Amino acid sequence: MQLSRDDLLTAYRIMRTIREFEERLHVEFATGDIPGFVHLYAGEEASGVGVCMHLDDRDRIASTHRGHGHCIAKGCDVDGMMAEIYGRRDGLCAGKGGSMHIADLDKGMMGANGIVGGGPPLICGAGLAAKQLGTGGVAIAFVGDGGSNQGTTFESLNLASVWNLPCIFVIENNGYAESTSSKWSIACDDAADRASGFNMPGVVVDGHDFFAVHEAAGEAIKRAREGAGPSLLECKLNRYYGHFEGDAQTYRGQDEVKKLRESRDCLALFRENVTSAGLLEGAELDAIDREALAQIDGAVTKAKTAPPPTAADLLTDVYVTY
Amino acid sequence: MARTATYQQAINEALAQEMERDETVIVMGEDVAGGLGTDGERDAWGGPLGITKGLYGKYGDRVMDTPISESAFIGAAVGAATAGLRPVAELMFIDFMGVCFDQIFNQAAKFRYMFGGKAETPVVIRTMYGAGLRAAAQHSQCLYPVFTHIPGLKVVTPATPYDAKGLLIQAIRDNDPVIFCEHKALYTLEGDVPEEPYALPFGEANIVREGDDVSIVTLGRMVHVATEAADALSGDGIECEVVDLRTTSPMDEDTILETVENTGRLVVLDEAHPRCNMATDIAAMVCEKAFDSLKGPIKQVTAPHTPVPFADTLEDLYIPDAAAVQKAVKAVMESSK
Ligand SMILES: Cc1ncc(C[n+]2csc(CCOP(=O)(O)OP(=O)(O)O)c2C)c(N)n1
Ligand SMILES: [Mg+2]
Repeated sequence: MQLSRDDLLTAYRIMRTIREFEERLHVEFATGDIPGFVHLYAGEEASGVGVCMHLDDRDRIASTHRGHGHCIAKGCDVDGMMAEIYGRRDGLCAGKGGSMHIADLDKGMMGANGIVGGGPPLICGAGLAAKQLGTGGVAIAFVGDGGSNQGTTFESLNLASVWNLPCIFVIENNGYAESTSSKWSIACDDAADRASGFNMPGVVVDGHDFFAVHEAAGEAIKRAREGAGPSLLECKLNRYYGHFEGDAQTYRGQDEVKKLRESRDCLALFRENVTSAGLLEGAELDAIDREALAQIDGAVTKAKTAPPPTAADLLTDVYVTY
Repeated sequence: MARTATYQQAINEALAQEMERDETVIVMGEDVAGGLGTDGERDAWGGPLGITKGLYGKYGDRVMDTPISESAFIGAAVGAATAGLRPVAELMFIDFMGVCFDQIFNQAAKFRYMFGGKAETPVVIRTMYGAGLRAAAQHSQCLYPVFTHIPGLKVVTPATPYDAKGLLIQAIRDNDPVIFCEHKALYTLEGDVPEEPYALPFGEANIVREGDDVSIVTLGRMVHVATEAADALSGDGIECEVVDLRTTSPMDEDTILETVENTGRLVVLDEAHPRCNMATDIAAMVCEKAFDSLKGPIKQVTAPHTPVPFADTLEDLYIPDAAAVQKAVKAVMESSK
């Protein structure tokens, strides 16, 4: 699939925005200002962006607990997200959801999810609706390697196949579920091997490589849009931080992350690729870097000073109170 | 002087002592040791809050990490319990019962009765519950009333380190399925905990504080909220008797009825939602069995009928506090004969 100059700039901008968002949260979390559990997506940007670059307003995605990147890639407002993570009233979910539950249904973002395996059944429904209503839309679930072992995921793969749904299951295999290795928890070599048992294509891609993800996702999405049914895409990638903020990560090898950052960083690989091919100038990318930094800076400043929800908000959005 | 330990240490110690005593006791769950299959440390986690840390070093493969497949491993614990083991399975957050509930309530809970009394299912499901950690709607619920509803399950909600150890040891030795609910805001609470193993019987509530004016019946973290309120009310000349249920199934009806007969006034305090919770259940039981002892209406203090909100301002409003309990106690005093 041909990417225009604008597409390339957009892809880089979104990946950089996610990276900046997450790196900054890592710093801010350490100050104690951010409540609750925060799971960072830094290192995995090429997956969410490589997939979501193909999507438009017809399409829906379901995310995981590690959802910030998927949200940004699907077009959620960054200020609204940041405000939500700080528990503010003008956050995307009015401060009621937090990091693990950011959603923006208008953008086709069906929600981050606190329940591992919560998303796959939901996208079967979103896929069914798209099919029935003839919108041409597709539905995509992002699933971790750990989440790939959840019963709901297996059931959804089968359901999507027997109903021939326009669904794509993107397994983001970052090597760990909390502290447990995916090499141990997944009984076959690749999670993608399971696809054949559900009679759908299963493809493994290097999830650090935006172009590889983009191409493979493009095939799967095209297939789904054409009515040819679901696919499974496994992106092998890495997370740069702990499972959640505060994880000491003693299960990881020494210098593991340092080496990954030096050799397999998706942003560095992208930059190398487009500049060496003469598609974009380094200076253009530098400008995007500065803009992303300023954008996140602004989002954090606004979120910190935004008003929190008040007592009047506690009992709203339930149909009955006692 | 008695030795002090945290709620978390008490749980760890109960597990270790029972594993030492009985080699059919095994522990399983996600990252209960951690680091499985990695290049780094084995026993890297001991569960997300480190509750089971160190057990792997002592008991090796009897501490089993699992894939994120709750239906399968909670069900496997149930099955193993019918076949000679005494598994203690960790369902990390009680909220995750949604993905494995069949194995708990249609399988484990039913065997003894449905098979004509022939089956024993000595399984323990340890799980953390409760609000207060800004963990939002899917990691903060108080779902013990759901389990309490189901015949065949025993449900335990310790409020102190002492009770946590004694009730967990009892749970492991018990031949019926036990849902052992640990309040996540209590893990760092310290208290006296004897070093030697001891079991506390189920179905025996604890009178935490004596008083003749108003009974406050409660459980879990709310025991401490009730005590705080009772201390403050004492300054106003109102003496509350605080009763900690300790187990919601079996529930100690006798102690509840006795305290109501003594004080004639009742406040029930529950962190769960207001419909079909322990507070409504106890209020109904007291109305049925001790109506004549009541000098006035019962008051319930519960969380509101909403999911648990994320923002700290909202979560603080959501969780019942001592001020709400004091208000209820005063209202009960005023409306009684
Ligand atoms: C049903 C359920 N079980 C367990 C958990 C606790 N938990 C949250 S994230 C996680 C690990 C998920 O690993 P993976 O799917 O690989 O995603 P990653 O964190 O690596 O992005 C676990 C066990 C949960 N939230 N929901
Ligand atoms: Mg993972």
